[in-house]
Amino acid sequence: MELKSNTPNGPLTEQWDDYRAHLKLVNPANKRKYNVIVVGTGLAGASAAATLAELGYNVSAFTYHDSARRAHSIAAQGGINAAKNYQNDGDSIFRLFYDTIKGGDFRARESNVYRLAQVSTSIIDQCVAQGVPFAREYGGYLSNRSFGGAQVSRTFYARGQTGQQLLIGAYQALMRQVGLGKVKLHNKQEMMDLIVVDGHARGIVSRDMVTGKIESFMADAVVLATGGYGNVFYLSTNAKNCNVTATYRAHKRGALFANPCYTQIHPTCIPQSGDYQSKLTLMSESLRNDGRIWVPLKKGDTRPPDQIPEAERDYYLERKYPSFGNLSPRDIASRAAKEACDDGRGVGPSGLGVYLDFADAISRLGKDVIADRYGNLFEMYERITGEDPYSVPMRIYPAVHYTMGGLWVDYDLMSNVPGLFVLGEANFSDHGANRLGASALMQGLADGYFVIPYTLGGYFAGGKLDSVSSDAPEAKAAVREAEEKVKLMLSINGKRSPTSFHRELGAIMWDKCGMSRNEKGLTEALTRIPELREFWKNVVIPGSGAELNQSLELGLRVADFLEFGELMCYDALHRNESCGGHFREEYQTEDGEAKRNDDEFCYAAAWEYTGVGSKPTLHKEPLEFENVQLATRSYK
Amino acid sequence: MNLRLHIWRQAGPDATGMLKTYDVANVSEHMSFLEMLDVLNEDLIGKGEIPIAFDHDCREGICGTCGMVINGRPHGPVAKTTVCQLHMRTFKDGDEIYIEPWRARAFPVMRDLIVDRGSFDRIMQTGGFISVNTGNAQDGNTLPISKINADHAMDAAACIGCGACVAACPNSSAMLFTAAKVGHLGALPQGQTERSTRAMNMVLQMDVEGFGACTNHLECEAACPKGISVEFIAQMNRDYVASVFGGRD
Repeated sequence: MELKSNTPNGPLTEQWDDYRAHLKLVNPANKRKYNVIVVGTGLAGASAAATLAELGYNVSAFTYHDSARRAHSIAAQGGINAAKNYQNDGDSIFRLFYDTIKGGDFRARESNVYRLAQVSTSIIDQCVAQGVPFAREYGGYLSNRSFGGAQVSRTFYARGQTGQQLLIGAYQALMRQVGLGKVKLHNKQEMMDLIVVDGHARGIVSRDMVTGKIESFMADAVVLATGGYGNVFYLSTNAKNCNVTATYRAHKRGALFANPCYTQIHPTCIPQSGDYQSKLTLMSESLRNDGRIWVPLKKGDTRPPDQIPEAERDYYLERKYPSFGNLSPRDIASRAAKEACDDGRGVGPSGLGVYLDFADAISRLGKDVIADRYGNLFEMYERITGEDPYSVPMRIYPAVHYTMGGLWVDYDLMSNVPGLFVLGEANFSDHGANRLGASALMQGLADGYFVIPYTLGGYFAGGKLDSVSSDAPEAKAAVREAEEKVKLMLSINGKRSPTSFHRELGAIMWDKCGMSRNEKGLTEALTRIPELREFWKNVVIPGSGAELNQSLELGLRVADFLEFGELMCYDALHRNESCGGHFREEYQTEDGEAKRNDDEFCYAAAWEYTGVGSKPTLHKEPLEFENVQLATRSYK
Repeated sequence: MNLRLHIWRQAGPDATGMLKTYDVANVSEHMSFLEMLDVLNEDLIGKGEIPIAFDHDCREGICGTCGMVINGRPHGPVAKTTVCQLHMRTFKDGDEIYIEPWRARAFPVMRDLIVDRGSFDRIMQTGGFISVNTGNAQDGNTLPISKINADHAMDAAACIGCGACVAACPNSSAMLFTAAKVGHLGALPQGQTERSTRAMNMVLQMDVEGFGACTNHLECEAACPKGISVEFIAQMNRDYVASVFGGRD
């Protein structure tokens, strides 16, 4: 299979303009004849559904939440990047493009990233017009802050709730279209399968989570905006319901899954406090501006932090990376913390934690200044841990935060299955092997507001689609399969809960395919994950399929994670290099830095499904860099 | 610590519900309230019983999915805290805890502690937006907005739509939720064009959904995990009156 990116010809800076200038259009009166299914109502899904409805398409939007406003985009704190250059500090579309490509360790497609940087400015305008209350200066103009991986201030924000405010903006636009009757919203519906007819994506199978009814919904195109798969690790900063099911089922129907091993680990999360832990909470990266990270020099030192003298502390980031110190990038800071803990020098009850100490900053600047800068974060920390970070150092540990991999898409954001479009975190397209802070919100909204409204029209105008109904044999078969799957799962009546399988899978993934990976561990994981599919003999799901049944919902998601985890390990095992969020211990420099191999691995790895437990087939999309020079990142 | 829980169990929307008692042992003070319920649920599954259904998602206090009435207080005893951020150190050994769903006609119980809050979405559909299509926007900085107004809008926009205000209100009124949206958009110049119709339509829909009227108990503000001020209710009342007497624009 040849992967065609369908990048328009011509210079990078003119591709998107040229594409739009020559795009085939759908007549306004004909748009209402097209039905579009959008799955997911986060930033990408809600913005896409609303915008497509504004254009005149008939849209059906699906969410497993009770309201479209609850998608996990809401939890993003920091901000959204845009190349507005309001600060007059040298920002430009090219610079945002370059920072994103470099931040992604040169593993993203140039044309998509350049377009992202181009439309970033329109996102801010659109959000302002919708009433998103971005932070303002006293003069009334929009405020910016700096973020990691950039030397300009281009991040727009709304207190510490930027994701919430942007999502509410998109949700409001969506609610308006629902009120106007242009979007039919299906709450509490979980996608169970993709329906492919004559090689085209023509519908989905969905389960009503209240009644348990499984049915098919047909359309002329299917848009997946179903987020990332970080919960394969069980513990992550993702919301509890985030799952891989929609994209993985599409993968099983033929869509290629690209770069699944690229996962981002965030260094500043609150450590796990016990076995009952259900998720991890992120503390903003900004804390590292004033906090100093350290562990005891001695192994197994259990003294309270204030009784460990200065000389017996190891400020390991300052020691190893003198020029960036505590502000080293996410992947580097995360790995260093893991190393210290693996070395037996971790702190806290579990030994999986390092100190983030504000004592120096408080004595230098005073408690008031620190409270002014980080008051809400200190409060949040105290609420969760019961410890006062003004007097005791915080304990932090890295946690899974974002997944850069996703379904493979071309320039149109269409997968290799015609008619199946994939937006936001669910696709693989823009962040390469590592995502910069404040870029996830940008990508979700770029895809939904400004890319899919054009490219979808081009798809419809480009060829005629036969009409299909739920009576199509493919639709009936997919519904039957889903019903049988539910029936089977409910009939097993074994001994273990879905959560216990999920937790065990998470432990394997974190251990073998987490912050750092090696051939031995990955090979081991590839033996252990299939064994864990004893799930299908030993899981117990109380209750029936014809009611609201949260154990069943979880069981269906865990079953997919149990197959998907294997795919991640295959990808991590084949990529014999270290880049961004993928660190292979065998491929590092003498100083322990990631060692990329551009000669052999400068491609997107897109995997084709070949059956449960069978090795997927690799397809490569070579990445060509014509506008940037491949360079090595250094933070020493 | 050891606790005795009395939890509302209801098999479905039309089933009869009742409080059922569960004893839980060895609860760690570091657990969140929801993690305590997770552990109980794992036990129930182990015993072949149906676990307790409760809504939750982000577990960071921002998505607004979780919510239950704990000892008579929506989201429990700690101010400005969603139940997912409530930790067991708030309780002590031997405590009895009563756990119930939001109670309001407009929030029918779906199962156990899960209610249907679709009525909030329908209120939003009648006017909780600014009518601007994608692509219409001018440059974001062509419309300066004073920091005071932007901050005021943000204070209202912080609403997470959890429904605690309704659960706390003796009248089951949705005034604080509705007023937060009217107040958010009304504080911004972009929101002026539709200001009076917005207040009118959203208030009308609130009535259609079966929410009660506001009689200034102010329980909503006390229960709100985001501390939304009842001043926004006063503001919405002014917008509503202006809409009635000024004619709908």
